[in-house]
Amino acid sequence: MSHDLVCKSLVQRLSNPTLDKMDDSAILELNGRTAFTTDSYVVSPIFFPGGDIGRLAVCGTVNDLAMSGASPLYLGLSLIIEEGLPFAELDKIIASVLKAAAEAGVKVVTGDTKVVNQGTADKLFINTSGLGVIPDGVNISGANAVPGDKVIISGTIGDHGMAIMSQREGLRFTIPIESDCAPLNSLVADMLAASANIHSLRDPTRGGLATTLNELADQSSVGIDLEEELIPINEAVRAACELLGFDPLYVANEGKLIAIVAPADAEAVLGAMRKNAYGGGSVIIGEVTDKHPGRVNMKTLLGASRIVDMLSGELLPRIC
Amino acid sequence: MKYVDEFRHGETGKRLLDRIARVSKKPARLMEFCGGHTVAIFKYGIRQLLPPHIEMLSGPGCPVCVTATADLDRVIALSQQPGVIITSFGDLLRVPSSRSSLQQARAEGSDIRIVYSTLDALDIARKNPDKKVVFIGIGFETTAPGIAASIIQAKKEKLKNYYVMSLHKLTPPVTRALLDSGETKLDGIIAPGHVSAIIGAEAWRFLPEEYGIAFAISGFEPLDVLYCINRLIDQIESGQPKLETAYSRVVRPEGNPTALKLMYDVFDVAPSNWRGIGIMPGSGLAIKPELATFDADKVFDINVGEPALEPAGCLCGEVIRGITTPTECKLFAKSCTPEHPVGPCMVSSEGTCAAYYHFGGSLD
Repeated sequence: MSHDLVCKSLVQRLSNPTLDKMDDSAILELNGRTAFTTDSYVVSPIFFPGGDIGRLAVCGTVNDLAMSGASPLYLGLSLIIEEGLPFAELDKIIASVLKAAAEAGVKVVTGDTKVVNQGTADKLFINTSGLGVIPDGVNISGANAVPGDKVIISGTIGDHGMAIMSQREGLRFTIPIESDCAPLNSLVADMLAASANIHSLRDPTRGGLATTLNELADQSSVGIDLEEELIPINEAVRAACELLGFDPLYVANEGKLIAIVAPADAEAVLGAMRKNAYGGGSVIIGEVTDKHPGRVNMKTLLGASRIVDMLSGELLPRIC
Repeated sequence: MKYVDEFRHGETGKRLLDRIARVSKKPARLMEFCGGHTVAIFKYGIRQLLPPHIEMLSGPGCPVCVTATADLDRVIALSQQPGVIITSFGDLLRVPSSRSSLQQARAEGSDIRIVYSTLDALDIARKNPDKKVVFIGIGFETTAPGIAASIIQAKKEKLKNYYVMSLHKLTPPVTRALLDSGETKLDGIIAPGHVSAIIGAEAWRFLPEEYGIAFAISGFEPLDVLYCINRLIDQIESGQPKLETAYSRVVRPEGNPTALKLMYDVFDVAPSNWRGIGIMPGSGLAIKPELATFDADKVFDINVGEPALEPAGCLCGEVIRGITTPTECKLFAKSCTPEHPVGPCMVSSEGTCAAYYHFGGSLD
């Protein structure tokens, strides 16, 4: 696969006026407070049920912008390709980059490709950076949660992580679990239109719901109380977690968000979320408290209370 | 989820708890043998829902936790031999040994792979005929039959590069040893569900009959554990300990004869080295002499060089024997955390220290 060929074909596929100029930098006009983020994607396998590394790379960065309350506008896209990656596979991934970008309403305005020797990368690594503008009056931060706020999750947890696990080589485990990988900016826009009192937004990716809630509790110096029976988990994901010894609270999501919302607006926000294609399963799972700051507690199915800790180390399979 | 949700039903759980509170009068010290039970008890907050005079202790039922440091040192030394691929279950990787851990050995270039089953280890052996693939067999009677089956399969396929290091442990002998030591006084035992599925309930008859201890085998869902505690409380209150199975959907009196046959076709009962307890006769499984070509201990010359060192201040040995709780250890949640574990009980997902760390702490 020649480098020039890749470059040409990519620019053709991703074509837009800013990119097509082919200058060293994209020149953009931005108005207002600007959010800027970057992330690298190294998922293995690069194709998985419900998505691929291309869709993930667009959605991940779009979602990081959306969680700051920004409307995502522009993406930078960098590919590090391992020599020998079939062109057809790359082509498929670029098609899904395009599809996800179109869905999120963002343009790829700058990019780069490098082809490296076999063994120095694993098929394909992608870095995306994103720029977005924060509308006036929007102030969302992990530090804004206050006691009394409601904690909302936008749907079932653990789908992405278990989709990857079920696909990974050596696990020999195939049940129909699809990644939830999705751009959440339209969902956030609908939520912002419904309420001016959304205090925090976060997408529970690596480390899952438990880790993200711990981060929020820490950042806002508040406690969070969850109710185990309210947390939505897809049946197949639950079964897979049971089999493999994972706790779904710690399994990654790529198309879900946690919203911390003033109690008076919680129902309005829920209503708006449920109307969006990516928020149909939204529910309240707990609330913010001034007790036990920095800690997440959960009322278990038996009515006892236990700590929900952060993820430590890798998720490793149990042995018996 | 069918056959799971029924055993997590909150209302039924509350009824079982009410019954315990109503019936239980005498102080009772109950030990759950198995790490899986420890996790279920903490995850659902069962300890805090029991009357204060019922005391719960965690036992030695976590395979990683009872693996001796000296054995782990040998695994690491073996991993450093040329051409060797070590395969093992995940938890073992992070356990600190005398001077290193498998994870560290891997970072330094040893080929160490996590597998979910011995079938994967066999596959690695088939695909790497020029390498020597060693499976580290840890665990109790639950994992031993599957590992035995892999040796039989390797023999059938005439695989010349598959080996097992058998560090298996047997549960009835260690239970007897704990009670004989007199360090821990128990009124009842929440007996291991999966082990009993293999060895059968009858293998435990000595506990109620010789030791006079209340005994019931439990499953791993919260209602299983609560039902089991109800059985134990009834025995304690009536003063009539007996052999009961509170997990009859899985455990039969005679166990699983097919699994037992596999196990004893491949292994002989042998002494085993337990962390915190030492070498105990008749408490482990060694590969039979006629299958010695699959026995890593016979095939490889494993030279550790230095004697095993236990981590200074670590009380895992005492925690495993049920004579100390994790919070009594000076290292707990200070220098010993799941991120930087000092002892194995903090590493394993079934370790008592890890359960205290993740789910316990002070709840206000």
